[in-house]
Amino acid sequence: MLKALVKLTLPALLLTSAGLQANQAGSTLETVKEKGFLSCGVNTGLPGFSSPDDKGKWSGMDVDFCRGLAAGVLGDANKVKYIPLTAKERFTALQSGEIDVLSRNTTWTLTRDASLGLNFAGVSYYDGQGFMVSKDLGVTSAKQLDGAAVCIQSGTTSELNLADYFRTNGMKYQPVVFDTSDGTAKGFDSGRCDVLTSDQSQLYALRLRLSNPGKAVVLPEVISKEPLGPLVRQGDDQWFNIVKWSLSVMINAEELGVTSANADKMRSSANPSIKRLLGVDGPKGKGMGLNDDWSYQVIKQVGNYSEVFETNVGEGSPLKIERGLNALWSQGGILYAPPVR
Amino acid sequence: MLLRLWRDSAWRAVLFQVLLISLVLLFGGWIVDNTLTNLENRGISTGFDFLSQSAGFGIIQSLIEYNESLSFGHTFVVGLLNTLLVSALGIVFATLLGFGMGVARLSSNWLLAKVAAVYVEVFRNIPLLLQIFFWYFAVLSVLPSPRQSLSLFDIFFLNIRGVFLPEPVFDAGGMIAVWAFVVAAVLTVGLVLLNKRQRKNTGRPLPFLKATGALLLIGLPVVTFWLANGSLHWDVPHLKGFGFKGGIELLPELLALWFALTVYTAAFIAEVVRSGIESVSKGQKEAAAALGLRPGRVMNLVVIPQAMRVIIPPLTNQYLNLIKNSSLATAIGYPDLVSVFAGTTLNQTGQAIEVIAMTMAVYLTISLTVSMLMNMYNRWVALVER
Amino acid sequence: MQKEMIEARTPPIMTVGALAWIKGNLFNTATNCLVTLVIAYGLFALIPPLIQWAFIEAVWTGESSADCTADGACWAFVNARLDQFIYGFYPPEHTWRVDIFFVQLAVVLAWLMIPAIPGKKYGLVYGLVAMPITSWIVLSGGMLGLTPVDTHDWGGLMVTLVLAMYGMLASLPIGVLLALGRRSEMPVVRTFCTVYIELWRGVPLITVLFMASVMLPLFVPEEIVFDKLIRAMIGMVMFQSAYMAEVVRGGLQAIPKGQQEACDSLGMGYWKSMLLVVLPQAVRMVIPGIVNTFIALFKDTSLVLIIGLFDLLSIVQAGLNDPVWLGTSTEGYIFAALVFWIFCFGMSRYSQSLENKRQEH
Repeated sequence: MLKALVKLTLPALLLTSAGLQANQAGSTLETVKEKGFLSCGVNTGLPGFSSPDDKGKWSGMDVDFCRGLAAGVLGDANKVKYIPLTAKERFTALQSGEIDVLSRNTTWTLTRDASLGLNFAGVSYYDGQGFMVSKDLGVTSAKQLDGAAVCIQSGTTSELNLADYFRTNGMKYQPVVFDTSDGTAKGFDSGRCDVLTSDQSQLYALRLRLSNPGKAVVLPEVISKEPLGPLVRQGDDQWFNIVKWSLSVMINAEELGVTSANADKMRSSANPSIKRLLGVDGPKGKGMGLNDDWSYQVIKQVGNYSEVFETNVGEGSPLKIERGLNALWSQGGILYAPPVR
Repeated sequence: MLLRLWRDSAWRAVLFQVLLISLVLLFGGWIVDNTLTNLENRGISTGFDFLSQSAGFGIIQSLIEYNESLSFGHTFVVGLLNTLLVSALGIVFATLLGFGMGVARLSSNWLLAKVAAVYVEVFRNIPLLLQIFFWYFAVLSVLPSPRQSLSLFDIFFLNIRGVFLPEPVFDAGGMIAVWAFVVAAVLTVGLVLLNKRQRKNTGRPLPFLKATGALLLIGLPVVTFWLANGSLHWDVPHLKGFGFKGGIELLPELLALWFALTVYTAAFIAEVVRSGIESVSKGQKEAAAALGLRPGRVMNLVVIPQAMRVIIPPLTNQYLNLIKNSSLATAIGYPDLVSVFAGTTLNQTGQAIEVIAMTMAVYLTISLTVSMLMNMYNRWVALVER
Repeated sequence: MQKEMIEARTPPIMTVGALAWIKGNLFNTATNCLVTLVIAYGLFALIPPLIQWAFIEAVWTGESSADCTADGACWAFVNARLDQFIYGFYPPEHTWRVDIFFVQLAVVLAWLMIPAIPGKKYGLVYGLVAMPITSWIVLSGGMLGLTPVDTHDWGGLMVTLVLAMYGMLASLPIGVLLALGRRSEMPVVRTFCTVYIELWRGVPLITVLFMASVMLPLFVPEEIVFDKLIRAMIGMVMFQSAYMAEVVRGGLQAIPKGQQEACDSLGMGYWKSMLLVVLPQAVRMVIPGIVNTFIALFKDTSLVLIIGLFDLLSIVQAGLNDPVWLGTSTEGYIFAALVFWIFCFGMSRYSQSLENKRQEH
């Protein structure tokens, strides 16, 4: 009996210890407001999307999205607790309630929507899988990769796309798997594999990690569609809406030319669209259980989509990724958000 | 009345056990209930249907035919076979190295004994995972690229992609010779056993045993090979495309894991062997020497057989540890059961409970089987008390 | 008949002295001559270049691997990241709290292990009860005006020691209970404990950790969320307590039956006789075994790397991925290996000395 007692009291003991928080089943919004910070699952280290610096301060596009969400919900973009997750752990962490939102370059697929009990709240980055090879090989197209050893991160959709691509093209390959994207870069750098495959955005980031970035080239082929976006648990529509609209607000702000710098001035703009966007007029945040100025806070404290993109992965960053597909629909891309109305 | 029952220890025991059963059941029920609720709330699918779904990912090393269109069930088998492969390789080499080091520690040569002692103390006190990383990231990943391979006679190659060896390829006639060798091996084992019995009964060994054995093992295959007009050629690895084609390929992941498992486990086996040998009393050795046996024969005929009784049980444990430790493969991407099945498959299907339960069941089965076999052997060699 | 005194003879040559020792221990037979020469040559070829690399040519300080040379070790890498290796991402202004934990640990170990220090009983109570509680409060904060520090920020040697210490403290009592249960006369209790022990001993730790990290959250109601460190700890305790149980059972088996019978005849109950008579003897007898289990546990903490926690090995590994420090893996692993080795070797020596002492009595 003592054993059983120990078993029963062990969780109880742990409950009282600091390592445990009780989270209200039901409303995620209530939980977040109550604990006073947002728990956000991010990548363990992917430059441009989420990576910690020497002092443990996080930055990147995925991180900025969490900051925007925190600004809208709690009024302070810094009230975020970042929880670094590997590809393997990410869904369990969200399912179990350890995190409130997963913002970790995750591809939107049917399986993930349908059988994991999760919902994608939108697309924050349109990506596609590509290949990086060493210049010495003289390879110019992915079609020449028959028989190559390919470094890849295990447990990703890239692993499946890769298999599909080589099969449909009647080619063979040797998959060399690593747990982290850092690992794949290290493997590629040491020469363990000929090719590194991953989402294109990551390839550029990983290239910076090589001992000689100039020696690697990214091949032109894009073999898959990888719409990346934030995820939430199913069954909490209010929270789903909040996450979805935080993203939409950032995209709409770019469309209307509202930035973190001019947000204050724009509040007195005569343009009705801008007025609605900044919560001066129109639907405001009440319907989602938020403050009236929530969208203003998102833009003021974090910025619009273009600002986030440029500082983290675009011209203002070492990655220098082109907007491409991620340009607004009105500028040749496919970025499109429903209107604030 | 109740107090009397309480004072009666038999009744108390019954009460206690009933209480334990109900608590365990309650606790188990609580867990099952939670799990079912959680699975339903989170919309996670359950059941073993996923095993027949197509896996869709490639695996770098497979002992059976595998491609990505086969099912998740196949990934389970592929992973399991890879686990068994590295475990078998590890066990054989760890045993050899461990016995060598254990005997060396007791050597009369001071320098040799000290080197063996340093080896044991260094390698058993460093985490195995660290050793695997060391071999993989610090040693094997600084090897040259395939084009600059280190080679031996241009038939053995070593590079960052692993070790490449020539592979013997037999035609039909050659295969007959291979079978002839198997038959010869069986016959030889039979002869050895016969010899043992004869010596036990009559005190005299079979005449020309070694010569007969050698003749069987070499002669029979050669003769059949010649009679069947067989042919054999060596498939020598050669550079083609991105790397080497043909021959036998040993992946660096396999090498690193194999090496680390061998070195780590051998350090423990050396200790087991040493204490086993030390457990044989000195008088035994002295008596054997007094009978005029040479030191080598003293070891083989007197010391080792007695030491084995002490060595076998802890040795079994070391083998089991090695098999379980092979699961660290996942850290460097060697496609063993944990890496392929509890890693990639779990991640692609999201069915943690089924996958982890199957994985654990496999190791449990291996552990129980091996310890059962070893117990049988142990009973066989055990001292028969009169 | 001898009339004169025989003069004292010189001792036979070569039975004492350095040369004799060399002859007796290194060159006594032809084979040994050969073995000695081969090993000596190997050592000669290996050690001087190693010293050259590790000390003479080594670079001790620097900003990146560019400051290092190809001929020497790049200890600058370890030097630059030493704080991180010890404290992880613990906020630098609070690392004194981690230091308190280290000091407490050292005090308890010294108290319990050095025979000259009196009050072992109080040391045991302090080590088993007071220290774990105070350490946890000091490390995680949120009480007594200490800023809370989330376990996600813990890392490095500190996490290794935290896991090892709490793993040990929890698995010892559970292991004792399981061992008693396995020897119990009640079939249900015995079966339950045997199944539990054999189940965990039959599977690799890594699957247990996987289970703790991906399945445990499913086993408890949604309201309860364990963080990753606690989950790993639960997994390690479940696993290690099974091994502990077998060690303690060995001790229990060695206690003569007469002890128990004497207790019975004095009218002592089961728990009284166990706690006061049998267990103290049994546990004392298997202390070396317990220390060995602890060494295994200590080495096993490195496995939490696979479920994404930052223990010492994991944080060294992460540091090696830094593009600034490319090509320093050997140095990183050697450093980590050295730290682990010092702890494990120290403990194994301690356990050996205990064993020797016991055999002398």
